[in-house]
Amino acid sequence: MNLFVYTIIAGIMYGIFFGLVGMGLNIIFGVLKMINLAHGDFIMLGSFLAYWLYGFLGINPLVAVPIVAAVFFLLGLPLYYAFVPRLIKSKDPEMLSFILFFGLSQVMEALVVFFFGNNQRSIPSTAFGSAGFTIFGQRFPIAWLITCLVALGAFGFVYWYLQHTRMGRATRAVMANRDEALVSGIDVERISALVFCMGLVLASIAGIFSFFVIGASYPSMGAELTTVSFAIIVLGSLGDPLGTILGGLIYGVAVMFMQSYFSSWAEILPYVLLIAVMLFRPEGLVGKAARSA
Amino acid sequence: MRRRYLQALSVIILVAVVFLLLPRFYSNQSFLFNLMLYLGLAEGVNIIYGFTGYLPFGYVGFFGAGAYGSAIAITFWHISPFVCVILGGMAAVATGIVLIPLLRLSGAYFAIANLAASQALYLIVANPTMEKITQGPYGIDLSSVYNADAGYYTMLAVLVFAMVVVAYIRNSDFGLSLLAIKEDRVTASLAGVNVVRARSIAWMLSAFVAGLCGGAFGWFTAVFYPSTVFSLDVSVFTIVFALFGGVGTLAGPLLGALLLYSMYNFIGISTPQYFQLFYGFLIIGLVLFLPDGVASILQKGKVYVP
Repeated sequence: MNLFVYTIIAGIMYGIFFGLVGMGLNIIFGVLKMINLAHGDFIMLGSFLAYWLYGFLGINPLVAVPIVAAVFFLLGLPLYYAFVPRLIKSKDPEMLSFILFFGLSQVMEALVVFFFGNNQRSIPSTAFGSAGFTIFGQRFPIAWLITCLVALGAFGFVYWYLQHTRMGRATRAVMANRDEALVSGIDVERISALVFCMGLVLASIAGIFSFFVIGASYPSMGAELTTVSFAIIVLGSLGDPLGTILGGLIYGVAVMFMQSYFSSWAEILPYVLLIAVMLFRPEGLVGKAARSA
Repeated sequence: MRRRYLQALSVIILVAVVFLLLPRFYSNQSFLFNLMLYLGLAEGVNIIYGFTGYLPFGYVGFFGAGAYGSAIAITFWHISPFVCVILGGMAAVATGIVLIPLLRLSGAYFAIANLAASQALYLIVANPTMEKITQGPYGIDLSSVYNADAGYYTMLAVLVFAMVVVAYIRNSDFGLSLLAIKEDRVTASLAGVNVVRARSIAWMLSAFVAGLCGGAFGWFTAVFYPSTVFSLDVSVFTIVFALFGGVGTLAGPLLGALLLYSMYNFIGISTPQYFQLFYGFLIIGLVLFLPDGVASILQKGKVYVP
């Protein structure tokens, strides 16, 4: 019983973090209808930047959030303008962007190996002090609580942006129909660039806290994270940012149950989940279809 | 039409003769084997991606299924490794049949689902609870039947088979119906193409080639681990090689694999991150400036590429 309660609570916290992991991928998909296959590598890059800030400048991960966010925002702009407008004009944007972002992920991985070597890097979980906290009689490290609060803060920001700002309303219009948004005078290009950068920022923030939830970072961790993120956003529903949170929660609780009760097969879960959802409920749990017969 | 078959035939004969004779002049058999392996795999990807447009990101799953299928047959049944390589190909086809429902997904969704499937297969094979059948993560040891020369010529036969399949598809009505599916599935079916059947056949042929390659690789290498034969790098290299050369032709993927694998061999093995950086930029450059590969430069100059 104790294990059961622990599993549920740990799963919810784990799931909130994974909602953040998938969020960046999903908002980019929502606006550009492109899969950022380098998403996991942006998470990896964010974690390495946080590691560097902590290890060499002694900057606390929580303080690092705005710094990392600013760096990734500024990184996103040239990347967007170098690739995306050309891709949108090409004959098969969906497929070509998929391949292009894969190339980008390889470049990022190689560059991180150049600068940091092939070793695993980590920020100790005591970066936030060694205190713990207790929910329903279960004790968790304080780092988990902070991670969840940051993730919830990020969800709150996305919600506020989409529902309560002028740009957000325009963004929802572009998500619904790019051409009609363009015709009605929305600066689609600017919205797209902004959302692309936001997606990278969200990925990098997930990267900062990945140390406390997933464990050490290494240069080749990106591909697996991209697949997991994709499973989460398909589960939640493609292109619906708030559905991602639901996807993350289901994923988190499922992973924790697998680890508690069938640990030797836990790793396979995201892949099976991804295939099953795509085949049997491709529109996700709350959304529209993304499959053709 | 006959002229095109002759051109394709001369390409196949040229490649076969080169790999028959080269071992006499060049002693690095392992390099030549791996080169043939990637030529074969690139043609295998070409069958499905070049003609139907499905990008098999989890192509390595078939390769691994072939390597393991063949190795398990050798270990448990003690029959001729040559037969086992073919059984490896059948194991890959069986995997392909299980994955046929994925073909209902389009574009990038198919690619990601296929990637997930190959990872799932890897985790099943490498799982410690599977030790009695697959040796789990501890790898396969076939040193009792080790025969590098036999493995080499088996791979050559597999490569010739792959090239023949591509040459046939390139010049037949079947290939034309696949290209119609690639352009537009609905129109193709209206024009009388049995879309589901045609794409399933192409998918299984592609899987068969990868499985044969995996079986030959296992025999030639003798000792391998699940992480080697299910490495995502195999999918990635193969796809990039094929794309670089130009899919949809017989010669394109051969050219791409030859150039890039040789380059990998010079700079990639000692310092893999340089090669990774290089091919990362190469992929980006290809997508932006040459999405149809090197062969398309010739085709634009009205040169027929077999």
